[in-house]
Amino acid sequence: MSETAAPAAGVGKIRKGLERAVIRFAGDSGDGMQLTGEQFTTESAWAGNDIATLPNFPAEIRAPAGTLFGVSSFQLQFGSQRVYTPGDRLDCLVAMNPAALKVHLRDLKTGGLLIVNTSAFDKRNLDKAGYPSNPLDDATLAERYRLHKVDMTGLTLEAIKDLALDTKEKDRTKNFFALGVVSWIYTRPLEPTLEWIGKRFAKNPAYAEANTRVLKAGHAFGETAEIFAEHYTVEPAEMPPGLYRAMTGNRALAWGLLAAAERSKVPVVYGAYPITPASSVLEELAIHKRFRIRTIQAEDEIAAVTAAIGAAFGGAIGVTGSSGPGIALKGEGIGLAVTAELPLVIFNIQRAGPSTGMPTKTEQADLMQALYGRNSESPVVVIAPATPGDCFYIAYEAVRIAAKYMVPVIVLSDGFLANGSEPWLIPDPATLPPIEINYRTEREGFFPYLRDPATLARPWVRPGTPGLEHRIGGLEKQDVTGNISYDAENHDHMVRTRAEKVRRVAQEIPPTSINGPATGDLLVVGWGGTYGSITAAVEQAQAEGKSVASIHLRHLNPLPPDLGHILREYRKVLVPEINLGQLVRVLRAEYLVDAVGFNRVRGLPLASDEIREAIDQLLGGRA
Amino acid sequence: MSATEAGAAAAPTPKYTKKDFESDQDVRWCPGCGDYAILAAVQKTMPDLGIPKEDIVFISGIGCSSRFPYYMNTYGFHTIHGRAPAIATGLRVARPDLKVFVVTGDGDGLSIGGNHMLHILRRNVNLTILLFNNRIYGLTKGQYSPTSELGKVTKSTPLGSADRPINPLAFALGCGATFVGRTIDRDVRHMEEILKRAANHKGTAFLEILQNCNVYNDKVWNVVYEKESKLAHELRLQHGKPLLFGPPDDRRAVVMDGVTPKVMPAKDVPESALWVHDEANVNTAKMLADLWTPDFPVPTGVFSAVDAPVYEDILLDQERRAISERGPGEIAKLLTSGDTWKISAEAS
Repeated sequence: MSETAAPAAGVGKIRKGLERAVIRFAGDSGDGMQLTGEQFTTESAWAGNDIATLPNFPAEIRAPAGTLFGVSSFQLQFGSQRVYTPGDRLDCLVAMNPAALKVHLRDLKTGGLLIVNTSAFDKRNLDKAGYPSNPLDDATLAERYRLHKVDMTGLTLEAIKDLALDTKEKDRTKNFFALGVVSWIYTRPLEPTLEWIGKRFAKNPAYAEANTRVLKAGHAFGETAEIFAEHYTVEPAEMPPGLYRAMTGNRALAWGLLAAAERSKVPVVYGAYPITPASSVLEELAIHKRFRIRTIQAEDEIAAVTAAIGAAFGGAIGVTGSSGPGIALKGEGIGLAVTAELPLVIFNIQRAGPSTGMPTKTEQADLMQALYGRNSESPVVVIAPATPGDCFYIAYEAVRIAAKYMVPVIVLSDGFLANGSEPWLIPDPATLPPIEINYRTEREGFFPYLRDPATLARPWVRPGTPGLEHRIGGLEKQDVTGNISYDAENHDHMVRTRAEKVRRVAQEIPPTSINGPATGDLLVVGWGGTYGSITAAVEQAQAEGKSVASIHLRHLNPLPPDLGHILREYRKVLVPEINLGQLVRVLRAEYLVDAVGFNRVRGLPLASDEIREAIDQLLGGRA
Repeated sequence: MSATEAGAAAAPTPKYTKKDFESDQDVRWCPGCGDYAILAAVQKTMPDLGIPKEDIVFISGIGCSSRFPYYMNTYGFHTIHGRAPAIATGLRVARPDLKVFVVTGDGDGLSIGGNHMLHILRRNVNLTILLFNNRIYGLTKGQYSPTSELGKVTKSTPLGSADRPINPLAFALGCGATFVGRTIDRDVRHMEEILKRAANHKGTAFLEILQNCNVYNDKVWNVVYEKESKLAHELRLQHGKPLLFGPPDDRRAVVMDGVTPKVMPAKDVPESALWVHDEANVNTAKMLADLWTPDFPVPTGVFSAVDAPVYEDILLDQERRAISERGPGEIAKLLTSGDTWKISAEAS
């Protein structure tokens, strides 16, 4: 590449329009792949595409460089049509080192674009990745894929050789070279990244200059180097008009609580113990003290939930958040909130288990834990968001239900929703349903367990209210008076009353929205973070004329009142889940339908292709 | 929140009597239990605090002691085993206008709830902890507790326990407690005096109450129960007063021999060498916490009382500052802040 060739270069290159593309950036955990992916996502949002992302990183903070388990990646799909998932197979893979190539190559489509940083393919890195010889020298790689060998490290250092930074600092900017190259290939605007650099390094002009130059150098390299024969455009997607922002699930959960605090005019107390992948909810809330969000980083998971319960007893909105292992520890506390009949919101950002499992990987195997994972009859409301942006509404809804029914509400999010982002149509908060908080202050006729006839909720009394001094606790209580009771019939009555109270939350559930025909051969039923994969698969099948519909449950306990009827309108029912069949078991038990599961438990979202195959298989070729 | 804060400030506190703090529930401890005396002392102390009773909350965990809130005509929450300090922390963060008491025992507070006890003490949450120490598990019918002496023979340790006991006051001081005291269920007047001190402390007050379980561990505190023994062995700590104890004809002094405490006949100690109790000195409090018979007396009273930042004051101050500097949060503004982009109707 010579300077003189630059002005003319790029002009003659072929530009192709694409409907969608799936890209993955992969490198060492220290290579800045998450940032690169996030910036590419922002650029694509600017370009007006619909997007879904999948960050994927090791649990180790600084995993040993060059190792297979230290590989970090960020995948996204962007398109001019609705994008439901981060994509199954890759159109383009950027591999910053041999380990990244080894781990991720299998997902690249034959004929896909493969961009590698050649300077990382030295003997040491090849050994660590377990390559006996350099795979880049193997002709089959270039035959199978459109391989582009780029000395990113060398070109990066060259672009900023005159800057007063040490080699290590300079080397660290090479991810922006990769970003520049791929931004050129897919005709992404650089402005958002340049703006980001300006803000991020406002106090460090040398870094700002280095990153800016390297980004532009990568972009220019794409444009001028002879190696890229073509590049692509992806037209803006047809999306509902309005103001958008990128939203991740955990931020949406946090902001949903902020909205609930503002609307209810009641402070939120959030008790949490740091745990992957839930910690960012605590961190996000801690920023927003102006919303009267009070965060307690508790000494353990039990203290986190019980502090929230103490806050609820005091009349605040008590919320705790964790992941499966932490929820297990909170079990006894949740039981206390069940019997004390206090409002409590519990976020479970599910991750792969059992035990510590794979903390940074997603799963949805805590449904049974949410429904039944406590001693005795201990019913709680369980709801689950479908997309990252939906986490906002789900958090708000959880607070609304908890306060209205004086009941614990478990929110089942997952690692994929927590870290994944989507373009999110910003709602007008005024359109959110009201959260009505009515503390009892009236002395006349007061009893701690006197119930509202519609919701069965007992009165919420704030300590400090004169004349209503009373005691509650974990012992069984006589209904109405709240006095300790060991009476057999009363216990049976209270067990049923607590269950009935949760059942009545069904009043809050809107009619189930059906994606597809109201009756037909197959209904696909999903919940939680699999919404995108299922919807993409079902819409493909529909496009081929198959009689398939899908529904996605946001309410898992109680289930929607119209669900039993809907299930019977289809010949077959398929339930894809990232577990060994939990919702499917509930549906079979509850409705006596012969629903079958599709289950993969790999710590990854379900691929829409494989759901597609499961649909075809179940339909048995009759379409 | 503010409504109650304002309300509490506006209304004058009524003149209460002990009776106002007695609930309508039948007290269900075993006849002869030390808890009765503690309950009576607490109820008797309440009117002196000058706090409207609707602003008082008793939080407990599980165990005999934890039935306490049911018998107080205040707000109360009988929670789960060991977790009362965490629940009380959440309550204080939500409602700093309330006066909160935590009632716990040696098992509840130092075994299953030991972790929470550690952290509430180091955070210095503004509340009063009453730890009833009877050195036994009563409600589960007589297993040894974390304060039981080594070799204790109980139902679960027929050949004697193998674990060394924890010293509640040394533990509390080690956790950074800002108020540490000890009193005895059988000494009503002393109990009332120290209860009042504890309840008026700003920060976490930790009060160990030596309590008799007449069913499973009778007379375990006999050294300070039985009249003659009490006179011989109890050292009443009083701020600014020397560490003297024993009957008039056999007064003894606790003095420092280098860096080690020792007991000497008082008459042999010149006034200048007496150890004068200083509640502000946490280091000497730690030494006092370790004193016990037979080599030393049993100190009672206030071991230490110091000022330190209060957890929820700091949290709420951060909130107030954030609001006064930048105004209350507005979700509509937050949603549209930062990177956003518009998709117009024409484009679709």
